[in-house]
Amino acid sequence: MQDTRSFFKTYLLWELGQGLMVTLKGLFAHKVTINYPEEKTPQSPRFRGLHALRRYPNGEERCIACKLCEAVCPALAITIESDVSSDGTRRTTRYDIDLFKCIYCGFCEEACPVDAIVETRLHEYHMENRGENIMSKDKLLGIGERYEALIAADRAADARYR
Amino acid sequence: MWEWSPLRDWLSERITPYWTYPLLTAVQGLIVVVCIILVMAYYTLAERKVIGWIQARKGPNRVNLLWIPGAAQPFADVFKLMFKEIIIPADANGFLFRLAPFLSLIPAIAIWAVIPFAPQHAFSNIDAGLLYILSLTSMGVYGVILAGWAANSKYAFLGAMRSAAQIVAYEIAMGFAMVGVLMAAGSLNIGDIIQAQHGRGLAWNWFWLFPLLVVYFISGVAETNRAPFDVAEGESEIVAGFHVDYSGMAFALFFIAEYVNMILISVLTVVFFFGGWLSPFDGWLPEDSLLGAPGFFWLGLKTLFPMFSFLWLRATFPRYRYDQIMRLGWKALIPVTLVWLLVEGFMVYFHVGPWKGHP
Repeated sequence: MQDTRSFFKTYLLWELGQGLMVTLKGLFAHKVTINYPEEKTPQSPRFRGLHALRRYPNGEERCIACKLCEAVCPALAITIESDVSSDGTRRTTRYDIDLFKCIYCGFCEEACPVDAIVETRLHEYHMENRGENIMSKDKLLGIGERYEALIAADRAADARYR
Repeated sequence: MWEWSPLRDWLSERITPYWTYPLLTAVQGLIVVVCIILVMAYYTLAERKVIGWIQARKGPNRVNLLWIPGAAQPFADVFKLMFKEIIIPADANGFLFRLAPFLSLIPAIAIWAVIPFAPQHAFSNIDAGLLYILSLTSMGVYGVILAGWAANSKYAFLGAMRSAAQIVAYEIAMGFAMVGVLMAAGSLNIGDIIQAQHGRGLAWNWFWLFPLLVVYFISGVAETNRAPFDVAEGESEIVAGFHVDYSGMAFALFFIAEYVNMILISVLTVVFFFGGWLSPFDGWLPEDSLLGAPGFFWLGLKTLFPMFSFLWLRATFPRYRYDQIMRLGWKALIPVTLVWLLVEGFMVYFHVGPWKGHP
């Protein structure tokens, strides 16, 4: 009996027909494609994209060169050198992030006691020349200045969970 | 194919009457080939669109033509391929390497000579049309084998070997399915095969020869090296099979040949099993009414279904393993055709079904 059934099932292409029906349903199903540059998927305020160094509202650099981010970085992407600045505080003289090494884990952001290094939601950036993958202190501070409103809003949105 | 009497008269006044006929045929041939290539171009787009839809995607929708999203994609692809360099490997057999794409494209296009697009509209209404089709579809494999051999690459060679074994196996099942059609029609002439299916939809061969229809279509898919039988170019195992070393337009010729063959198998399925240019209202409506008249419209409309099925199968089934393909061909399809040929023989002998009135 079982043999007869499986014989007819095989030669009537029963299971193949079932499979075809599944794909036929898919043909009329809702399409999930997003037309990327024009339409975008919603982004979380926790999105970890390009890095930035922030300043206090009075213009003072937040970073105190504690090097916790450098220590925690699992990809060894951060290089920091520090010195005593003219006003007697400890400041970084060099703060480089190699974007090719970075794995965007967000540990640097978590480790930072003063919220200086942050990962913004910018992810549509590119490099055209060699060396542009190294984000120097100037570039990081520049991004921080340019997107401070966005960065502050994202931190505020996430503040109650931190 | 077409009469074009005024044009013929006009031409024969200007050039010798002897050359008028070949010239007109050549022009008509060119028109048909261009149309086939255009259909093929949009078939590639249809494939990407349909498979996209089945996978809940939208498919190509960036290259617009007349504000239709994706409509110019085939032309974009062609221009890309035209500007790519054709690289001939250093150790390849240059002559065969250059010859192979043409060997696979020419038979694919040459077969259209015997396809009747409408009643009395075939380039050559030869009596051995079925044999011509059978022989030329097997010719296409030479292109694949030579391409695989000439490239001097083991992947290409493996692909060619697989393709050869597969086509040998499935050509037999396909030939037997055609024998069934031949028994039903009593003629090798394609026009007569269609005319013999005259009557209502059930008189078409698909009903009485249903197993042969299934076998024919499956072998057609295998013959054109399409998924799920595309081991000849199995990307996961042998890179791209027989055309690994081809680039640019040389690759495009193989691509065109494959798609033209798919359209051809679709048209032949319709011609052999779905009454070709016969109207489905044939027998209910008078022959001279709008829907009852046989014509190219019905052939084109019916051909869309097998063409869609090619894409549907590709989107549904994973690739067969090589030994499974061989087993299916030799141990399933050929016995099925043989059994059904026997059944059909009894039906013909005892005048059952459509053969009721036959002498």
